[in-house]
Amino acid sequence: MKRLLLIGLGLSLMVGAVAAHADESGPSRATAGAENAKGEKGEPSVSDVIFGHVSDEHEMEFQSPFGGEVKIDLPRIPHAFGIEWLDLSITKHTVWMWVAAILVVLIFALGRPRSITPSGFGIVLETLVLFVRDEIAKPTIGDTDYKRYTPYLCSAFFFILVCNLLGVIPYTATPTGNISVTAGLALFTFIVTQAATIRVAGVGGWLAHLTGGVHWALWPIMIPIEIMGLFAKPFALALRLFANMIAGHIVIFYLLALIFIFRSVLIAPASVFLAVCIYMLEIFVALLQAYVFTMLSAVFIGLGVASGHHGHDEHSDQGEHEAKPAH
Amino acid sequence: MNNIALGYLSAGIGAGLAVMGAGLGIGRLAGDALSGVSRQPSAGGDIRTTMIIAAALIEGVCLFAEVICIILATK
Repeated sequence: MKRLLLIGLGLSLMVGAVAAHADESGPSRATAGAENAKGEKGEPSVSDVIFGHVSDEHEMEFQSPFGGEVKIDLPRIPHAFGIEWLDLSITKHTVWMWVAAILVVLIFALGRPRSITPSGFGIVLETLVLFVRDEIAKPTIGDTDYKRYTPYLCSAFFFILVCNLLGVIPYTATPTGNISVTAGLALFTFIVTQAATIRVAGVGGWLAHLTGGVHWALWPIMIPIEIMGLFAKPFALALRLFANMIAGHIVIFYLLALIFIFRSVLIAPASVFLAVCIYMLEIFVALLQAYVFTMLSAVFIGLGVASGHHGHDEHSDQGEHEAKPAH
Repeated sequence: MNNIALGYLSAGIGAGLAVMGAGLGIGRLAGDALSGVSRQPSAGGDIRTTMIIAAALIEGVCLFAEVICIILATK
């Protein structure tokens, strides 16, 4: 009986959240006139509204409980430090990214276990951190170096997790739904991966990997291809995370916009039901994408470390013999 | 048909094809993973982890195509 109540509570929360999404995008825009799908009359079209919601903006909007809209204009810093192309404005996604970062720090500062046997929320945190260390870092990076890279993987995992889950709450924005944020995260993974390779193999060894071990006459062909392959993996990381986060939001908004496109309330039950299903899928995808990003980062670091070891054939036996007793 | 209509049509067809490819790939992956687990139930945890990683990678590729279709449809 209690379980039924809990499930009912969860479902009604989700329906409420979906209704809040519709509220966000609907009445405040549709009171100016009904929307149509192609925006012929010069009123905001459906895709304009949806992409306006999902993409970055210079102001933050909330619906206040008193029926109005609250707009907070965020500071624009268009040409920072006098450089023309450097736009360091504080936008909606930046604010929510900072909120996510502060949340991660707060959760760990307040919830961390005080003794060797944790209790309460400390158990959850310890389980997650151990999961990242034992299931993600240790199998991929190997027994020698995994402790060095676990902090970065933990930071990436929790930050991406909180960022993704922030988008589930109505009236917030998903920071990882911005290609710049995910590109920044992928850049960090790239830097850590190359630093891991250089640490093990030296800069010479890292450059040797770019040649791929072929005859020197083939280097002009090989090196650009290897450099492209070097950047392809972080690019895929960034785009995968971004697309997964954006796709969920866009689908939910479009399903709710169906009500406005058809201009009848009768489609509302089906539309809201589908939106709730996609909502649940989106929560799952948020968790999964954080895991996948961290897992792939660990795999790339492990590949870098292993190829660095592999390149130094005369040193690798010593390295492994040293590592095992010290473990 | 004029160019804009062709653009919208191609966006729709592209999105459908991308999802079809991903569905086939991930379905086959899930089938093989299930038969692997049924043959050796003790390897269930490892197979599940590998399956999730592979599914996320395949879905990532599908989403590349979806993003292109969305850009095509809205611009």
